[in-house]
Amino acid sequence: MNMQNPDGYTTADGRQIGGVMMEMKNITLRFGGVAAITDISFDIREGEIRAIIGPNGAGKSSMLNVISGFYVPQEGEVWFRGAKRPPMKPYQVAGMGIARTFQNIALFEGMSVLDNIMTGRLTQMKSGLLAQAMWWGRAQAEETAHREKVEKVIDFLEIQHIRKTPVGRLPYGLKKRVELARALAAEPKLLLLDEPMAGMNVEEKEDMSRFILDVNDEFGTTIALIEHDMGVVMDLSDRVVVMDYGKKIGDGTPDEVRNNQAVIDAYLGVSHDE
Amino acid sequence: MINATAQAGLASIPALLARNVAQHGNKPAYREKEFGIWQSWTWAQADAAIRATAMGFMALGLQRGDHVAVIGRNRPQLYWSMVAAQMCGAIPVPLYQDAVAQEMAYVLDHCGARFVVCGDQEQVDKILEVESDWLTEDQKPSVEQIVYVDKRGMRKYDHSRMNALEDVIAEGRAAHHRFEAELATRTAELDYNSTCVMLYTSGTTGKPKGVVLSNRNIIETSKNSSEFDHLQAGEEVLAYLPMAWVGDFIFSIGQAMWTGFCVNCPESAETMMTDLREIGPTYYFAPPRVFEGQLTNVMIRMEDSGRFKKWLFDKYMAVARRVGPDILDGNPVSGADKFAYWLGNVLVYGPLKNTLGFSRVRVGYTAGEAIGPEIFSFYRSLGINLKQLYGQTEASVFITQQPDGQVRADTVGVPSPGVEVKIADNGEVFYRSPGTFESYYKNPESTASTKDAEGWVATGDAGFFEEDTGHLRIIDRAKDVGKMADGSLFAPKYVENKLKFYPAILEAVVFGASRDFCTAFINIDLNAVGNWAERNNIAYSSYQELSQHPRVLEMMRGHVAEVNESVAADPMLAGCQVHRFLILHKELDADDGEMTRTRKVRRKVVEEKFADLIAALYGGKSEIYTETEVTYEDGRKGAIKATLTLADATVAPAAPIQKVAAE
Repeated sequence: MNMQNPDGYTTADGRQIGGVMMEMKNITLRFGGVAAITDISFDIREGEIRAIIGPNGAGKSSMLNVISGFYVPQEGEVWFRGAKRPPMKPYQVAGMGIARTFQNIALFEGMSVLDNIMTGRLTQMKSGLLAQAMWWGRAQAEETAHREKVEKVIDFLEIQHIRKTPVGRLPYGLKKRVELARALAAEPKLLLLDEPMAGMNVEEKEDMSRFILDVNDEFGTTIALIEHDMGVVMDLSDRVVVMDYGKKIGDGTPDEVRNNQAVIDAYLGVSHDE
Repeated sequence: MINATAQAGLASIPALLARNVAQHGNKPAYREKEFGIWQSWTWAQADAAIRATAMGFMALGLQRGDHVAVIGRNRPQLYWSMVAAQMCGAIPVPLYQDAVAQEMAYVLDHCGARFVVCGDQEQVDKILEVESDWLTEDQKPSVEQIVYVDKRGMRKYDHSRMNALEDVIAEGRAAHHRFEAELATRTAELDYNSTCVMLYTSGTTGKPKGVVLSNRNIIETSKNSSEFDHLQAGEEVLAYLPMAWVGDFIFSIGQAMWTGFCVNCPESAETMMTDLREIGPTYYFAPPRVFEGQLTNVMIRMEDSGRFKKWLFDKYMAVARRVGPDILDGNPVSGADKFAYWLGNVLVYGPLKNTLGFSRVRVGYTAGEAIGPEIFSFYRSLGINLKQLYGQTEASVFITQQPDGQVRADTVGVPSPGVEVKIADNGEVFYRSPGTFESYYKNPESTASTKDAEGWVATGDAGFFEEDTGHLRIIDRAKDVGKMADGSLFAPKYVENKLKFYPAILEAVVFGASRDFCTAFINIDLNAVGNWAERNNIAYSSYQELSQHPRVLEMMRGHVAEVNESVAADPMLAGCQVHRFLILHKELDADDGEMTRTRKVRRKVVEEKFADLIAALYGGKSEIYTETEVTYEDGRKGAIKATLTLADATVAPAAPIQKVAAE
């Protein structure tokens, strides 16, 4: 497998991965005097499942926030589909086809599952605020069309039974799934998942893994994810970036990363004697 | 004798379909909730889809006499595939969708299915697993074509012998000039004697057996039973029970085709209750377990409700219990009671029935297991015409059923139209009917031992006819009814059913054959007990911990004592009182082989698997440590360890044979 090929490569299970979708060039991010990310470069390719891993405090979430445009790095450039991306507002990023889920679930607790997922369609709604509030004119037909898209997502993630349930009443594992549903409703080109399996039991993790693979397979969505569970990461992803103390210490296929001495040291610890 | 129905040209399911298209072509035949909306198909549309499917199957090479396995949740497309298979002269074989690969391997191999129609990826995976794990190198898999309904996740599979049903239908449509004549020929060949369907019995004992049912069996039975309950074209049913079960085949295909009513498929297993409410079926069928579960839910929610609501509920349920069944049966009731019931209907029963989805039920049936009398009368007192029937796969369901107005909890009714019933000397029930199965597939020995030369079939159940009413009463499985050490009657199910009425008890297994006294295993109902624990501030972290909690044990001790008291009231069965019991640390599960797929306890398996626990109960110990192997849903195995408390229960003195009147 030649991963340096600019036209893409073929994965072990025979999927065709395309060219570069997003490229991080020498990213450095500082909070005051603390460097969260130091000089990191890597790329994400079309149709790929790309994982970012690392021990606690390695800067994974910061990296994801840079990708999503929420943090603007002090140094370095983010390139998206062949163009340098200027600093953007979150809705502009969403408009580019990037959606995400959060480590600490960020849903509207009092709203139903259906309404929560509908918010994922917000950027695609064309009718104005007044028309929507009055449910008048184009807003009607538009809502029907959006509802159809949302129902497809509900069907896909098998959450029909909680369609009308307020999110606040749901168990943790299902909330995570609703969050994924909301992100999917936006029909993203690039889906960012911040610890999609944190706090889940084995069965829930298996379900979530299957959904992530299905999303990638069915819609061809490119996925970048952060995950703690090494087993899951190695099974799911095509390529893995490993971070430690804000630096990149490894990048490659799961197998390459697994045998990388720097990675082993970072995870198992190494004595810092002289 | 030439049958009138057969003479009229209605000798097969496809023939009935053609008649329905002619008579009610534009009326809804099937509905399914998908994407949050009820999608519906008229008889004409369903017919077009079925014919296209049949031609698509022929394009894939389906031959006369082939077996077509069908696996998945209830969906119109799967019902159509079964009828399409019949049109091609093939035999549909619906399988239990929750069967694990090993169980499926046996059935697929036994019927030699060349085609399998799967609901989704999960089922396809199972078929592939069967082939890779259970076939030796030189064995060729019998399955030549896999057709799947849901395309999701199927992209990466090797499609050299796999097709989406959508594509099969499209191909069938495109090739209709090529296949139409051949299809017409094959459909015309079907007669009363051709096989309509083959159903595998879940088998409380031994390997499943393939029950071959002919068009005569299915159509005669559907006709008789539809007439018995005056079913009409306007009925609505919800198809949610396993497609592999004979009841679903009779209701959703046999009777639906005969009377032309509409079959509604729920969105998913989890949404079944919501879908039930939205459809509001007029004809409804459920095993006792479903009614029990619903009653438990109602009771839990009433416990959680405000004081006024609870008071209102209790007050009017008392009225309903007193006069409800009489009003339903049309017996005379005083004016004041009528008014109280009317008021209760406005305030309680009506809204409750609506919540349960029973507002429109005209005929409801329960069967499969004995239903607790209290559960049964709860539904009847609400004004729901719930009745019991007694049947089995080999009879195309119906052996006896209760006519309107003659419904009681402890009988299973009178012989269904066209069915003869006789009781053998040992109490075993025998029947003979137009629905009596043709044979067990590839198993002449079993066929011969079950069905004699004159067509009488042994049910394996012990029962008797009540002299004054002519209703059949079933006591227990003939082989389970035994004697205790002192020679008194031992009828475990009788006691188990009484125990299971308590919302906190999900399942109970009573032992005592050839013993001095009876003992019991109890499974708690996690819903009910969990809710109770929450209300009483009892913390627990697992099913196992909750089940062994001292206060749960106390509650069970109380339930068992009450049951003993009620058992003692019947002098014949007083010996069946439970002297000692324990609460099991795991739920009895079909995946572990402890229950059948229709959720009946496999007594033998439980007895063998938990032999150590039974020995301890009879050994007089007060505690025992045990390890149990469990199978997870994906087939992996694990073990759970627990220390169980063995408890003594209060036993009531047996009622004297001659009752002395209280002063």
